[in-house]
Amino acid sequence: MAFESEAWSKLLEPLLAAGRAAGADLVEVFLEHVDHLSILAEQDIITSVSPAFGMGAGLRVFRGNRDGFVSTNDLSEAGLAAALDQALAMLGLQRPSSAGSAQFGGLQRLRDYGATKQQWLQSCPNLTEASGHLLAATNQLQRHGSHLQSRRGSYARNWQEVLVVASDGTHARDIRLHQTVGLSVLASDADHRASLSRRYGSTDNPDDLRHWDGEASATDLCSSAATMLYADYVQAGQFPVVLANRFGGVIFHEACGHLLETTQVERGTTPFAKKVGELIAHPAVTALDEGLSSGAFGSLAMDDEGMEPQRSVLIENGVLQRFLSDRAGELRTGHPRTGSGRRQSHAFAAASRMRNTFIAAGPHTPAELIASVDQGLYCKSMGGGSVGPTGQFNFAVEEAYLIEAGQITKPVKGATLIGEAKEVMPRISMCANDLELAAGFCGSVSGSVNVTVGQPHIKVDTITVGGR
Amino acid sequence: MDSGSDQSSLDAARLGDKLAQLANQAGIRQWDIGVGCSTDSSVQVDRGEAKQLKGAQRSSSTVRVWNDANLIGITSTTDLSEAGLARALEGAKAASAFGNPQETPNFSPLATAPLPILEQPLCPSLGILNLLSTLKQAEAELLARHSALSSVPYNGLAERRSKRIYLNSEGACRQQQLTTASVYLYALAEQPGRKPRSSGAVRLAYGAADLDLAGCINEAAERTIAHLDYGPIPTGRYTCVFSPEAFLDLIGAFSSLFNARAVLDGVSLSSRESLGQQLAVPFLSIYDNGLHPANIGASSFDGEGTPTRRLSLVEGGMLSHFLHSEATARAFGVEPTGHAGMGAKVSVGANWFEVGPTPGSDGGASGLDRLAASHNGDQGLVLIDSLSALHAGVKASQGSFSLPFDGWWIRHGEQRSIEAATVAGDIRTVLQTLLGFEGQAKVTPDGLCPWVWVEGLAVTGEA
Repeated sequence: MAFESEAWSKLLEPLLAAGRAAGADLVEVFLEHVDHLSILAEQDIITSVSPAFGMGAGLRVFRGNRDGFVSTNDLSEAGLAAALDQALAMLGLQRPSSAGSAQFGGLQRLRDYGATKQQWLQSCPNLTEASGHLLAATNQLQRHGSHLQSRRGSYARNWQEVLVVASDGTHARDIRLHQTVGLSVLASDADHRASLSRRYGSTDNPDDLRHWDGEASATDLCSSAATMLYADYVQAGQFPVVLANRFGGVIFHEACGHLLETTQVERGTTPFAKKVGELIAHPAVTALDEGLSSGAFGSLAMDDEGMEPQRSVLIENGVLQRFLSDRAGELRTGHPRTGSGRRQSHAFAAASRMRNTFIAAGPHTPAELIASVDQGLYCKSMGGGSVGPTGQFNFAVEEAYLIEAGQITKPVKGATLIGEAKEVMPRISMCANDLELAAGFCGSVSGSVNVTVGQPHIKVDTITVGGR
Repeated sequence: MDSGSDQSSLDAARLGDKLAQLANQAGIRQWDIGVGCSTDSSVQVDRGEAKQLKGAQRSSSTVRVWNDANLIGITSTTDLSEAGLARALEGAKAASAFGNPQETPNFSPLATAPLPILEQPLCPSLGILNLLSTLKQAEAELLARHSALSSVPYNGLAERRSKRIYLNSEGACRQQQLTTASVYLYALAEQPGRKPRSSGAVRLAYGAADLDLAGCINEAAERTIAHLDYGPIPTGRYTCVFSPEAFLDLIGAFSSLFNARAVLDGVSLSSRESLGQQLAVPFLSIYDNGLHPANIGASSFDGEGTPTRRLSLVEGGMLSHFLHSEATARAFGVEPTGHAGMGAKVSVGANWFEVGPTPGSDGGASGLDRLAASHNGDQGLVLIDSLSALHAGVKASQGSFSLPFDGWWIRHGEQRSIEAATVAGDIRTVLQTLLGFEGQAKVTPDGLCPWVWVEGLAVTGEA
């Protein structure tokens, strides 16, 4: 039964009332239906088709600064009641024999962000059509590549219907649709090997795969693979680095973005906790996080706590402006919610997470950044990264080139960039005028969520480059 | 709205009867299913207060069906009700039209073979409030170990009761119940004018009451305190001594070397012809042994119902066997080894590694002495305590890695924590340049391994 049905509010309102009557400050229920499809093409054949469907609920009870969270796949009345009892018991509460409603004013009228999205699932490419697009792309890899030992294309479609209700009256429903296409190759020639991949993703666009330019993606990937196949390993050291736009934005995501989530403030693991209003980055840096850009992979009509996303300026001209916050973050740190409460699924409690996070465009051209470097590294394509509990970040570089006397010269591989947020943010001294976003996945306390990272070309005055 | 699944009483025989009935109604003659159900409780604390208390009831299943053309399709669902299973069968049947005609998995020929008997006690639940008080006490004890320990930002105590089932239409019926518990404590140390430092420890057991909390607290405290006095290390090539955890992480990241699925897909550094060839120094042996008594939560069968067993991967430095599913084993003309997942294209993965000296080998004795060696020349040794960002810094199909690490530089008999550095190399070179082992093998969550010495790895620190 779809979540806009009144049957759900009739089922859930007594639960919320019972939770409040038991002494909870707030009771929140997150329900989801999911329908997933993934397809893998290898060389010129479909080798795996994996459909999945399911449902679940996550119940969270707050009392004071504490909360208890229970998830279940059992959406029956008894199953949800049992989950509520378990969550209450975690906080030393139990339901009274008769559930009163004095402390619960009922649910607000449903805010239904999904009303116009009912046909999205049916509008997506079916198995036959999606397989056709993937096979065409792996065939393009064969046409444009050389020395390719392995060619892969993957497609994933995640459809999710969510309902969020809470004892403060929150009552909101949405339908989300995320699609990703990935291409990867392994090029091999004698002792030389290069493995590279690209991923493309969109939100809320059933036609996305139909409009994807598989040939352009294949051409781009094959070009990079051909270049990197014979690249030397990068020499380790500390250099000025120019990071390309799009996925280059992973540096801000890892080096700073995570440290501006209130989950990090709660843990005491961000050096920026008491720095609002202070200069924490080079004045050239303005950085934002928002969930509003049309079609961007991290966009959402409402967050997983039922709040509409905001456009949050995190850093303006180097000065820290605010943190990303969810319900628990607001409760425990005082930073107001920003519509950033996100979770992978019902099995996770929402936490403050990034959405579309990027460094704003600056006044320079990319060529000016390159020209300003005498000896350094140009990072054209980035791999994944992470940040540790002391603020130390790292990320891998998939495709890099030396910069010599202001010119991009030969390709190098095997670079890892490491540093500390506090030290690297003041060293981002130049931003170009070519801001672009790229889709990715971010794993953290509330699971893996889809995000975009982004930036224009930027220059970091010096950073440690791990290599050989 | 009712999922209808009664996880606590999930019964393999009844589930098999229901599947057979539903499959028959759908015109499906060949099918199998893997089911998992679990109940979890976990707590986190923050400076003496409960941070988050979590509970979960989870269920999942994957159904595979073979159509009349012998093509396979699958569907996964969390809905174990009759309606959910019927929908999954229909979905799998529809997906089978897109099955790979060049490689169709079959039932494992060992899906009804006797299973190994595992000594896995089913432990009673402590309950979440007991978990909470236990973890609060552990946090307090850890913080009391050193004035610089300011918080334990990453911590958790969890217990789980789970059940796995594998069934197929030829009568295979596997099931396994398990209880497990885990604790992790990662402390943050802060001193005025110095950078914060962090480290921690993990312990596993069959029940929360059996967890080695004292050992976890000791190890977390010792590791974190040992990083307080830190300094830079010059970039260069060093003899590196990997902790058991770090070396097992490295081996795990490059386990496609031993993976028949990766070999067949052309993304492994190994090929069919690699078997019997020298992969490593002659004194190195590697086994996959999911049955080791220290492997908490071991599975007695894999995703295809094949019994788990100990398998030699590298013996005397030579690549001796690959890990197999049914399909890869058939392609190689051998038996499945108990390392399969479940899917339309079945994945293959390692269980639990045993790394150590080849029995009777002359080299690689466990007597290497880091302090003595640190006096040889000015370069010293690098101890690698833990590796980070393996997901980003390992290129498994290329063999290369470039990874941040926490560790120490030992020089002239003195040990100092390294402020920040990466280690880079090629796994094939690492395996060929092992100098030997230090100390006895240590049990870790991922396997059994002593400290491992490797010659001449590139370490990037200060320029």
